[in-house]
Amino acid sequence: MTTETATENPALLANVSLAERAYRIRRNAVLMGEVQGQGYVGQALGIADVLAVAYFHALRYRPDDPRWEGRDRFLLSIGHYAIALYAALIEAGIVPEDELETYGCDDSRLPMSGMASYTPGMEITGGSLGHGLGIAVGMALGLKRKGSDRFVFNLMSDGELGEGSTWEAAMGAAHHRLGNLVNLVDFNNQQADGPSRDMLSAEPVTDKFAAFGWHVQRVDGNDVEAVRAAFDTAMAVRDDRPRAIVFDTKMGKGVPFLESREVTHFIRVEANEWALALQALEQGRPA
Amino acid sequence: MSTTGKEPAAAPAKKRLTTSAMIASIAAEGQATRPAPFGHALVELAKRDERIVGLTADLGKYTDLHIFARAFPDRFYQMGMAEQLLMSTAAGLAREGFVPFATTYAVFAARRAYDFIAMAIAEEKLPVKIACALPGLTTGYGPSHQATDDIAIFRAMPDITIVDPCDALDIEQAVPAIAAHDGPVYLRLLRGQVPAVLDAYDYSFELGKAKVLREGGDVLFISSGILTMRALEAARALEGDGIRAAVLHSPTIKPLDVATILAEVDRAGRLVVVAENHSRIGGLGEAVATALLANGRAPRFRHIALPDAFLDAGALPTLHDRYGISTDRIVERTKGWLEED
Ligand SMILES: Cc1ncc(C[n+]2csc(CCOP(=O)(O)OP(=O)(O)O)c2C)c(N)n1
Ligand SMILES: [Mg+2]
Repeated sequence: MTTETATENPALLANVSLAERAYRIRRNAVLMGEVQGQGYVGQALGIADVLAVAYFHALRYRPDDPRWEGRDRFLLSIGHYAIALYAALIEAGIVPEDELETYGCDDSRLPMSGMASYTPGMEITGGSLGHGLGIAVGMALGLKRKGSDRFVFNLMSDGELGEGSTWEAAMGAAHHRLGNLVNLVDFNNQQADGPSRDMLSAEPVTDKFAAFGWHVQRVDGNDVEAVRAAFDTAMAVRDDRPRAIVFDTKMGKGVPFLESREVTHFIRVEANEWALALQALEQGRPA
Repeated sequence: MSTTGKEPAAAPAKKRLTTSAMIASIAAEGQATRPAPFGHALVELAKRDERIVGLTADLGKYTDLHIFARAFPDRFYQMGMAEQLLMSTAAGLAREGFVPFATTYAVFAARRAYDFIAMAIAEEKLPVKIACALPGLTTGYGPSHQATDDIAIFRAMPDITIVDPCDALDIEQAVPAIAAHDGPVYLRLLRGQVPAVLDAYDYSFELGKAKVLREGGDVLFISSGILTMRALEAARALEGDGIRAAVLHSPTIKPLDVATILAEVDRAGRLVVVAENHSRIGGLGEAVATALLANGRAPRFRHIALPDAFLDAGALPTLHDRYGISTDRIVERTKGWLEED
C-alpha cells in the first residue's frame, strides 16, 4: 500500500497484525451471536480474514466520518452477513463497541439483516440477495464521473452467483470498463438448502468471470497473507477490467468444534457453547 | 445512503429479546400446531396425482417443500437461488402437462419474479401453484423479507387466484383445491409449526368462498390469513366486555366472494372491520371496500392493516403491537371505534 493510503486510514498505523484483527472480528461476532443465542456466526467466522484485510489493509475510510467522500466504498450485498460486517465496523471504530450487545434487539442500530438506514458504515440495504453488484456498477460509474480514484468493493456470496442480476451486473461492469470495481465472492460452498455446488453450480466460477471480461483470482480466503496479496493484486491491475476475487472459505473457521460440525446455513450453537467458542478463538489467537 | 438518523440504542434490558427473524412459526406459546401442513398435504396429493412436481429457489427447507422432496426426490427440482428461473421453469413444466408447485418467499415471488409470473404463467393461464412463505408481517427480519405488498401486487395481475389461509387446516384443504383449479394460484404459505385454529369450527376450505366462523351482532370482522386467527381471539376477548363480534373468513382474496360479503354486511347495524396481514394499500380491505361501494353499500367501515411504509426490524410480537395487528391492539382499536358514536 502507498503511504498516502496509510495516512488516510489511522487503523493502518496501529501496528496490529491482520491476523489479530481477524481474531478480534471473530470474537465480536461470537459475542453478538451470544446476545441472540443464534445468528449467522458460521458465515462471520468464515469471512473474518477477508474483512480484516479489507478494513485494516485495503480500504481508505475515516472511522468518525463514515460518509467521507474520499472513502473507498464497501458494499455488503449479503445482508445476512451483517453480523460479520458489524464485527469489523466495531473493530474499525465506526460502530461503538458497547452497541455490540444490542445486536438483533428491538430498536438496535444493528439489526440481523444489514440496512443502510440503521447502521453507520453500512452502505446499502441487503436482505434481498443479488443486489450489491449492480449497485456497485452504478457507484463505480458515479465515482469515475466525479473524477475520484476510489474503489468500490462488493462482498457477495456463492449463493448470489445464482441470481441473474449478478451476471447482468458482471457484463455491465466489464462493458463500462470499471477498473475501480472489486467484487469479493465468499465461496463457502453453502446455501440455505445445501452445498452450493449441489444446487445450482456456478463452477467453474473463475472461468465465468474471465469470460465476462474480468480480471479474476481465486485464493484461500482463510489465509490472511493470500487474501492480502489478492487485494493488492486486484487494486494494482493496470488495465480497466473490473476485478473479482473468489475466496474459498470455511464456515465456522477458528472454532474447531464448529468447523467440524455438520455445516448448514445456520450453524447450531448450544447455549453453553458460546463461551467454549470464545475459548477456542483465544487458543488460536496469534501470538 | 449510508449512516443513520437513529440514536444509539440503550443497552438492552437484561431479559433477552429475540427477534422472530429466526423463528419459523407464528404460533403463540402453548397453541396447538401441526408441523409443515403444506409439505404433508402436497405429499398426499402427489400420491394420487402424477402431474404434481415441486420446485424451489434454495428455500425448500424454509417453505416445507423438503417434506415433498424427501418423499418424491425425482419429482423435486432444486433451482438454486434464481427466482426468475424458478418461475420460467415452472411455466415450462406446466406447458408440458405437469402441475408445478413453486416455492420461495413471498417478497421474492412478488417483487423479483413478477414479470416472469405475469407473462410466462398468468397470461397463459398455466396451472402453476406459487406457494410462498413469510407473507405480510410474519418475520422481524426487515423490509427485505416482509411481504407487506404481495397481495396488492398479485391482485393487479389478471387471471391469478390468491389464497391467504389462516392455519394448518386451511392449508391442508387448500392444497388439493388449488391443484384442482385449472389456472395459476398464489398461496400465502405458513410454514413450520403452523397453528391449528379452524379444527374447532364447523369449517372447510372451499376455493372462492368466504365463510362465517362466528356470529355476533355488534361487529363484523372480515379477515384472511393469520388475521382471521387474531380476529377470532379478539372476538373472544370482546365478549368479556359484552361486545358481540362475528368473523367472516375470506381466504380466497381473488376472486372475492362478493355475494357472501354483501349478505353479511346486509345483516344491518354492525361495524364492519376488515383485518388483514398486509399493507392498507391494495389488499383485502380495498377489495372489500370497492365491492361494497360498487354494490351500493356504505356501512361503517374500519380497516386493520399494516401502514404504507417499509416496516421496522425487530421481534415479531413487538412489531405486531407497533403496527396494530396483535390481538390486544385489535381489541383496543375495535372498542375505540365502537365508542366513536
Ligand atoms: C433474492 C433472495 N432469494 C432468497 C433469499 C433467501 N435466502 C437467504 S440466505 C440464502 C442462501 C443463499 O446462499 P448464500 O448467501 O451463499 O448462503 P450462506 O453461505 O450464508 O449459507 C437464501 C436462499 C434471499 N435472501 N434473497
Ligand atoms: Mg454461501
